[in-house]
Amino acid sequence: MRNPRRTEKIAFFFLFLATLLIVIPVGLIVVIIIQKGLPAINWQFLSDMPRQGMRSGGIFPAIVGTIYLVLGAIIFALPIGLLAAIYLSEYSKDNFLTRIIKLAIVNLAGVPSVVYGLFGLALFVVFFKFGASILSGALTLGIMILPIIITASREALESVPDSFREVSLSLGASKWQTIRHIVLPNAIPGILTGTILGLGRAAGETAPILFTVAAFYLPRLPKSIFDQVMALPYHLYVISTQVPNVDEKIRYGTALVLLALVLFMNLIAIIIRYQFRKRKKW
Amino acid sequence: MEKVKVEGLNAYFSNIHALKGINISIKEKKVTAIIGPSGCGKSTFIRCINRLHEVVPHAKVSGRILFDGKDIYSSAIDPIEIRRRIGMVFQRPNPFPVLSIYDNVAAGLKLNGMKRKDDLDEIVEKTLKMAALWDEVKNKLNASGVSLSGGQQQRLCIARTLAVKPEVILFDEPCSALDPISTAKIEELIFQLKENYTIIIVTHNMQQAARVSDYTSFFLLGELVEFGKTQDIFTAPKDKRTEAYITGRFG
Repeated sequence: MRNPRRTEKIAFFFLFLATLLIVIPVGLIVVIIIQKGLPAINWQFLSDMPRQGMRSGGIFPAIVGTIYLVLGAIIFALPIGLLAAIYLSEYSKDNFLTRIIKLAIVNLAGVPSVVYGLFGLALFVVFFKFGASILSGALTLGIMILPIIITASREALESVPDSFREVSLSLGASKWQTIRHIVLPNAIPGILTGTILGLGRAAGETAPILFTVAAFYLPRLPKSIFDQVMALPYHLYVISTQVPNVDEKIRYGTALVLLALVLFMNLIAIIIRYQFRKRKKW
Repeated sequence: MEKVKVEGLNAYFSNIHALKGINISIKEKKVTAIIGPSGCGKSTFIRCINRLHEVVPHAKVSGRILFDGKDIYSSAIDPIEIRRRIGMVFQRPNPFPVLSIYDNVAAGLKLNGMKRKDDLDEIVEKTLKMAALWDEVKNKLNASGVSLSGGQQQRLCIARTLAVKPEVILFDEPCSALDPISTAKIEELIFQLKENYTIIIVTHNMQQAARVSDYTSFFLLGELVEFGKTQDIFTAPKDKRTEAYITGRFG
């Protein structure tokens, strides 16, 4: 006879071990980056131009560049993604075409980011002649995060109980009024969460901006959306591999700023989700 | 006076034939109860009357439903207009969770374009009084609708339905999620409402049907087995199946 207590203990041990194995690398990454990067962080590092071929000075243009790119991506991707999600979850009939579209969106989320970079290069930089610019980079990142936004928005919309839609219709509201006034307000937190996760992804990716916008070394701020900019992930790549003799402190400082930016965005997502769960009573 | 006349109504979900050739006429300002075991098509039937059945994917309807003599399924009729005039109270109390008590009652009016605060205030107060909820909520109109108890929530939903000034109110098992005291309040309310409204109530509870309704129809497996005055149905049913059901031998 097997002892159920013992098998349970063994199972617990392995489940716990697996969980620990996930936590340890994450913890190590954060600790190492903070430990090595924190000494570099000061006001000058955050607000100054890079100097001496990026070996000293700050990373201000890269921070600004990343913020521009992320904002541009979201301005492009959020409206289109949200409208597509509303169409898919509220209006589209369940037929072959709809299923193909849904499948395509899921697959789009799995495309490697460097492929988006190449696509952005071909379409925005070359075909539309936007050149390597904030516009090209933001559009490329926007397309990359579209599937994330569409999927999160669809899930948020579909999690609103049908009974709300039926009540609204039974009160004499049109379908659009129902979506606009009843479904959307209940889905907004989920949509925002997805959007912010998309933001974090856009902020951290290097490959899509590599061919479309990122400047190797550009110690000034962009004047228009047709200028190139520096961006944090690419800057990190450059100072880590392309420029000799960069102080370790600066490299880890840059990584820390990028990490903090992404974690900050995720934190906002978590807070919104928390507020949402508190209010959700159905 | 008949308010709603159903002629040869068939309803389907994909290939399930949920209602089979229903003929019934609903008298104005009376309460008509729909009884029958689960899955007999009671809810589907009333959801055909306010054209909510067709909202479900792959659902179909055929036949005619005359509302004041006009077929609500004719192509000239806007389902939105029909739903405004034929209100519905659902099985589970379902106030909108993001809206306050006030806004829940005003929701239908706002969706229909009424904006003036004075008018809204007046209707909200009037309908909450009609729903016998005013005294309990008048000091917390801005609290969330879901902060109320189940029975209060259901009366809030009734107020929300009354606010759009329907002529017919459909109740879909309105008390099945409520305790006996809340149930008694809702039944009392239905009794008062029939002075001004035509009421159709689906119920699982035969005592409830006997208490609140003037007419009763018994549905079984998508067919209308028997329809008549409630008193007759409960004391002298003509059909053996009706008799078996109301005496509790099945269902």
